[in-house]
Amino acid sequence: MASVTDLSHHGVDADHEHEHHIPTGWRRYLYSTNHKDIGTLYLIFAICAGLIGTVLSIAIRAELMSPGIQVFPLISAIMTGDGSVDAAKNMYNVFFSSHAIIMIFFMVMPAMMGGFGNWMVPLMIGAPDMAFPRLNNMSFWLLVASFVLLLCSMFAEGSPGMRGFGGGWVLYPPMSSTVGTPGPAADFVILSMHLAGASSIIGAINFIATIFNMRAPGMTMFRMPLFPWSVLVTAFLLLLSLPVLAGALTMLLTDRNFHTTFFDPAGGGDPILFQHLFWFFAHPEVYILIIPGFGMISQVVATFSKKPIFGYVGMVYAMLAIALLGFAVWAHHMFTTGMSLNAQRYFVFATMVIAVPTGVKVFSWLATMWGGSISLRPPMLWAIGFVFVFTVGGVTGVVLANAAIDRYVHDTYYVVAHFHYVMSLGAVFSIFAGFYYWFPKMTGYLYDERLAKWHFWVSFVGINLAFFPQHFLGFQGMPRRVVDYTEAYAFWNMVSSIGAFIGGAGTLVFVYLLYDAFKAKRLAGPNPWGPGATTLEWQLPSPPPFHTWEEPPHILGDEHDHAPAIVGHGSVA
Amino acid sequence: MTTSGDRDGRTVSVGGRAGRNNRLIGVGGLTMAVAMIGLTYAAAPFYSAFCRATGYEGTPQVVKANSDAEGRRILRVAFDTNVAPGLDWSFEPESESVRLRTGKTVTVFFRARNLTDKPTVARATFNVSPEVSGEYFDKISCFCFTEQHLGPHESAEWPVVFFLDPSLETDESMAKVDSITLSYTLFAQPSERPAPARAADRAGPAG
Repeated sequence: MASVTDLSHHGVDADHEHEHHIPTGWRRYLYSTNHKDIGTLYLIFAICAGLIGTVLSIAIRAELMSPGIQVFPLISAIMTGDGSVDAAKNMYNVFFSSHAIIMIFFMVMPAMMGGFGNWMVPLMIGAPDMAFPRLNNMSFWLLVASFVLLLCSMFAEGSPGMRGFGGGWVLYPPMSSTVGTPGPAADFVILSMHLAGASSIIGAINFIATIFNMRAPGMTMFRMPLFPWSVLVTAFLLLLSLPVLAGALTMLLTDRNFHTTFFDPAGGGDPILFQHLFWFFAHPEVYILIIPGFGMISQVVATFSKKPIFGYVGMVYAMLAIALLGFAVWAHHMFTTGMSLNAQRYFVFATMVIAVPTGVKVFSWLATMWGGSISLRPPMLWAIGFVFVFTVGGVTGVVLANAAIDRYVHDTYYVVAHFHYVMSLGAVFSIFAGFYYWFPKMTGYLYDERLAKWHFWVSFVGINLAFFPQHFLGFQGMPRRVVDYTEAYAFWNMVSSIGAFIGGAGTLVFVYLLYDAFKAKRLAGPNPWGPGATTLEWQLPSPPPFHTWEEPPHILGDEHDHAPAIVGHGSVA
Repeated sequence: MTTSGDRDGRTVSVGGRAGRNNRLIGVGGLTMAVAMIGLTYAAAPFYSAFCRATGYEGTPQVVKANSDAEGRRILRVAFDTNVAPGLDWSFEPESESVRLRTGKTVTVFFRARNLTDKPTVARATFNVSPEVSGEYFDKISCFCFTEQHLGPHESAEWPVVFFLDPSLETDESMAKVDSITLSYTLFAQPSERPAPARAADRAGPAG
């Protein structure tokens, strides 16, 4: 234990404390250049956006609980004063479009990269802060502006006489061009995505510079923990894919407003080109949403199995392989747009190949747990839950990769079930695993573990109940993005809605847990997780002081090792 | 690595070699992002050239002359005509379909008539279905290659000269294709199309 105290002295340099005036009040956050404060802002932002997105999804499930259109006329009457069936249908479209955009761009991405990435990457690699602290501040506030634009779009005119943009998060023309949405609601969404993209690109450059250039001496690339690795891989995905979205959306914007015809056949354009560009961005995007989760799960599984992660180097290369392959499979979202058989064969094959590195990751997590001294604390519960649901989602992904099956279930609830298993369950479970893992570190307080376990079990049962029956609905042919359905689909929709409400109740448990943790103020101490927590952040007090690692930490061990640096406790094997 | 607090004590700024490296990576990252935006725009002409070259999306090939190598299969080619909203023309094929042997050149005619009192300019977009047949659908000449002008109530007969490439017989994805549809949609020139505000009239409510 001597080395622990030794290291924390490097972290909190008492000599510096008096020089550093810590700003207070709103200035501390609005002008913040501190990676921990910005990370906190991102997390608060993600929680708020996540709650809004959850409310939207509950409204959707309430509508789909039984056939007919019952709930949305009411919602539309409250929001726009128009309770007609047409307005209700439009409002439903607006809700599922906004739900997707909010959950992807304003919940998962800010939580994983902005929140945990900002907080933990500098701590875990022994850097004093991010490479560009002021750009970091800009990243966050651009995202807030972007979110405001998105909320504006919900109240601006979209389709004639209707409010909001209802063309789905994919923004396909002609639904998003002046043909489908002549009003400014689509322009608001496009500009919102521009700002969110700029924010993420700036953030990605920041992470790349930080990780390449600001690691503590001795923290070589292959001694870095897996979470910073996952953030690095994700940052490259962001840097290469988001500009494609920005370009495609700029084309769409000029098509709408300045008479260009990139996607308008009347001028020689092609709407299918938009789909290619969109999915060239959006397939890497779905890996952006999950790879930081891989990193967090790796940290949590290793910590609570009290073993180093199994196959560390393989895990790194698996992430790199997933990222590379992610750029080469986009057209598997477009099997029904008319492709030659050979093109379909290629995309089927390339997509299935992704199951190999993904399998490497899943088996490595299982192998890490195998023979480990497992303690089922809340982060570990979420991590095991993640491995389960992500595997289910991965398996249905392999099913969907077959062009022949995809033709049958394209745009049905089978697809909805698949991507909610990897996103709504997979990505969100990894976020909660990370949240419960690092919450004591970030706040200095322990949460009520009993409540956290309730949160897990209620969510696990609820969300599985919500999404598993959607596989059945999809195979029966229920189309997605439709407000009403025939009597034949009534039973499983009822089950799915009940599951969604249970999942929603789980979210309420989470909100109460937060309230309780801050009210009870149970002190966590530097490391509440014991000998399994071997990464650098656990050598700091909780919460860490305003400035950390101003003198880089001392990394023990051989620099040529290909294993994450174990600091403080020595070997835990 | 030298790190020091700013004068305000808030921002950790990185000086020295680390700072220069950071800026280098920052500029490099920004260059990559800008390059990707550039490539996105380059994708538009590339995509259109790719479609023309490979017949992707059912884009017929444009050729100078027929090789006159007669094939064995006989396929039906059907014609489909559409007029986009905002253009008041009538437009139809002279015959609904033709049957032809691969390699044989045929000429078909389309009738168009301007129903308005004003001279109008229009241009036809085209593709064939199923999409895989685009590679084997060779046009020698077509009215759709250029803009078409029609005076008030003027009518015209437009020829299309095409043949089916006999090499389609060796493509397994064409083995079960007995019928190909050549489709045209006439659009008014962008300058003459209704403004977006009027386009609202023809868009139905969402849902």
